[in-house]
Amino acid sequence: MGTTRTLRFTLNGEPVTTEAPSHWNVVELLQNRFNLYGARESCGQGLCGCCTVLVDGVAVSGCLSLAARVDGADVRTIEAPAATEDGLDDVQQAFIESGAFQCGYCTPGFVLMTRKLLDECPQPDDEDIRHYLSGNLCRCAAYPEIVAAVRLVAQRRATRG
Amino acid sequence: MTSTQGAVGQSIRRLEGRAKVTGRAQYVHTLRLPGMLHGKVFRSTVAHARLLGLDASAARALPGVHRVLVGQDILAVMPDPHYGPAFHDQPVLALDKVRYVGEPVALVLAEDPHVAEEAAALIVARYEPLPAVYDEVEAMDSTAVVHEVLKPAGTFPDLKHLQGKRDTNIALDYSLRRGDPDGAFASADHVFEHRFRTQQVLHVPLEPFVSAAVPGEGTLTLHTASQSPSFVRIEIARLLGWPENRVRVQVPYLGGGFGAKLYIKVEALAAAAALIVGRPVKIALTMEEQFFTLTKHAATLRIRSAVTREGRITARECEVWWNGGAYADIGPRITQKSGFTAPGPYDIEHVRIDSYALYTNLPPAGALRGFGIPQLVWAYESHTDMIARELGIDPVEMRRRNILREGRPQATGTVMRDAAIEQVLERTAERMRWSEAFDRGSGTRRRGRGIAIGFKASVSPTTSVAIVNIYADGSCALYCSTVDMGQGSDTAMAQIVSEVLGIDIDRITVVHPDTDVTPYDMATLGSRSTFHMGNAVRAAAEDARSKLIALAQDVGVSVETTPIGEIFRRKYGMQAGNVVGSGSFVPAYTPTDHHTGQSDNVTPFWMIGATGVEVEVDTETGQVTVNRLVNVGDAGRAINPAIVETQLSGAAIMQLGFTMTEQMRFRDGQCVNPSLADYRIPGILDIPAIIDNERVDATQSSGPFGAKGVGESGTFGVSPAIASAIEDAVGIRLTSLPITAESVLRALREQQGRPLQAD
Repeated sequence: MGTTRTLRFTLNGEPVTTEAPSHWNVVELLQNRFNLYGARESCGQGLCGCCTVLVDGVAVSGCLSLAARVDGADVRTIEAPAATEDGLDDVQQAFIESGAFQCGYCTPGFVLMTRKLLDECPQPDDEDIRHYLSGNLCRCAAYPEIVAAVRLVAQRRATRG
Repeated sequence: MTSTQGAVGQSIRRLEGRAKVTGRAQYVHTLRLPGMLHGKVFRSTVAHARLLGLDASAARALPGVHRVLVGQDILAVMPDPHYGPAFHDQPVLALDKVRYVGEPVALVLAEDPHVAEEAAALIVARYEPLPAVYDEVEAMDSTAVVHEVLKPAGTFPDLKHLQGKRDTNIALDYSLRRGDPDGAFASADHVFEHRFRTQQVLHVPLEPFVSAAVPGEGTLTLHTASQSPSFVRIEIARLLGWPENRVRVQVPYLGGGFGAKLYIKVEALAAAAALIVGRPVKIALTMEEQFFTLTKHAATLRIRSAVTREGRITARECEVWWNGGAYADIGPRITQKSGFTAPGPYDIEHVRIDSYALYTNLPPAGALRGFGIPQLVWAYESHTDMIARELGIDPVEMRRRNILREGRPQATGTVMRDAAIEQVLERTAERMRWSEAFDRGSGTRRRGRGIAIGFKASVSPTTSVAIVNIYADGSCALYCSTVDMGQGSDTAMAQIVSEVLGIDIDRITVVHPDTDVTPYDMATLGSRSTFHMGNAVRAAAEDARSKLIALAQDVGVSVETTPIGEIFRRKYGMQAGNVVGSGSFVPAYTPTDHHTGQSDNVTPFWMIGATGVEVEVDTETGQVTVNRLVNVGDAGRAINPAIVETQLSGAAIMQLGFTMTEQMRFRDGQCVNPSLADYRIPGILDIPAIIDNERVDATQSSGPFGAKGVGESGTFGVSPAIASAIEDAVGIRLTSLPITAESVLRALREQQGRPLQAD
């Protein structure tokens, strides 16, 4: 079934090289070649955000992106450890403290998008948060807790200066 | 209350938080096994037909295809391959007939899932079409019969009378008779009758259905995203003709369940395929395939009330037709268990209920967060509001005059105990500031508010068993088959252990369901775990504590003052040994009488939930915005208050989707919107600006530390509260779900005497 091609890219800070069938998407590439399962296919249409990964700093739906897209790119997934003592960044910490998840299936996508949001807009209001995260779905509907978690991070960063 | 870190009543963080925010939590969806084949299902394209033949030659010829299985192949390992919790009616793969569009007909196995998918598309089936029935009321006397003969599973005594019944679509008729409804109607000041409808909706767990089966030497291991591991083991063993001990079912975290992942879904197909080919087989459904697997029951409800001039309801008659789809799944239990609460949480002397489970040629319907209750509350609370408006009585006052109070008998005759109905109603009204003035908007933006309350009986009779294992260093593990699908049960159960044993939460592990290790539990459903498993866990922890006390006495120390590790060291001379406690819980229960539906003890506890909403209606577009959502529930005393509140609001937001946006649309039995693009679940932009959640101050005296279940209570009142708020705003009453901008605009135009054309 189809051809394979060689992909060279940076994955969570490490340079990697691998062979992958041309028809694989980014989720399959990460799961089948690198045992990274944090980006998960759910809706298969780029609507739920469960498969979110950052490619050259841009959030993409891994289920809709062919693996070839990451050739030469800088790819970051939820598994990239934070440079903190416990390996969690302040966004992950706030999600835990705010109880901003239930089943956890969509959580990696929300964490990655929250990081992007706060990079682009360090002090978002509720409207900003809702609009930025509107491409991610949480069927358990922990949305109020997610908004609270984002606010908590923004507040802490502001206090820290 | 102790000072133990993590004990009962503390809003501690979830145990699995770190695993979930780092993407490392394990789900079956991402499980890979050595030598594994992927299965892709070929599905029926017709709603009702004889299956004349299958041509799978092109699929078999595709390079990379390992095997194609059809219905007959399954007989090699499962002599009678029909499964189901209430009826043994659902074949692993279709045999002689197909009964809905999307029914599994064949399975392609390949190492590469893309190859399996391509091959499945090459299969051709030949059908002889049969007349089909889709509507639940038509199914009552339709000439289209979905199953020639009824095959009740024998598990439930109240289904036995249906054995061998032919040429009917009625899978269960449940009736309740109390008092003299005819007499009360004859002498009533007012009689009101209304008819309501709810639509087919879907659970949409973001992790779709998935099972992986691994054959062993006369054994089988199933890794499955299931809410009912014990049931899966028993049912697969039954299908195979094996003893239970040869089937092992393991369940990690679930990416959502909501009632979808109960009983058998893809487990039997994965098990049969793995045994036939002698290799591990994983079947992971896509989001689209979820729409062909299990839905929530659509229902038609007729409700009629006799009411006095003062607004007292003296008699109520309810007829409910449940659209069960092509296979019964747990529908007959919904028909009965929910049926008896159809008159609502009101004190009504004369009651008649008829509730029918019906087969139709639609995808099977099963449990979905509320087990039929949200459909019933939609009808009885809309009805209550319509009566109140007609009589000019304030909706809250109308409810006060009729509410079922503590110590009064419910329609079944069971006396209400530890059911804070009145308190939940009053707190909702207070949080809505019901008695204060309300800004009704102006021009094309009109505001209104509504309130609704519902209640639910817990499932009974059921069993839960738990084991607590104290290790020699004083840490411990809880073995229980409750599935944490996001509701936080691991954390709550660990808190109960922590409370009893005085062990800090970070030294307690919860062992996930593994039927070779964790003991029996009926299932994680119907908000039963906190109460049933919670009681079993408490008993197991208390048993372990008694044994630990005995061990301490044995070595001459006090358990109060000696660290646990020291007790073990004194006994065994080193860090060695275990103290194992076990506990089980089976609540008392009286079955309902077959003819009258009466029982003096129909449930171990009642769940109460109410919702208040404020809406704004755009009269030019019909767009409805929910500005405020108040959810109040009786959870008894919360084990973990923060998790309880998340459950209340999560349930309410889910029901908001079922009220406003979600609807499976069918054409000739074919679901035509099976994707999240065309079937819209609530996103973050859909949630109301203000959401208030409250647990009333209440205690379930029979629950563990006063607690009871709450996972569904937030769903109860949402739909009717919104419909009532819309009527309050613009004077139109909608009786069918969902409430869309289109349905609101149509009703507004109707009201203005310039109706829109039908589409």
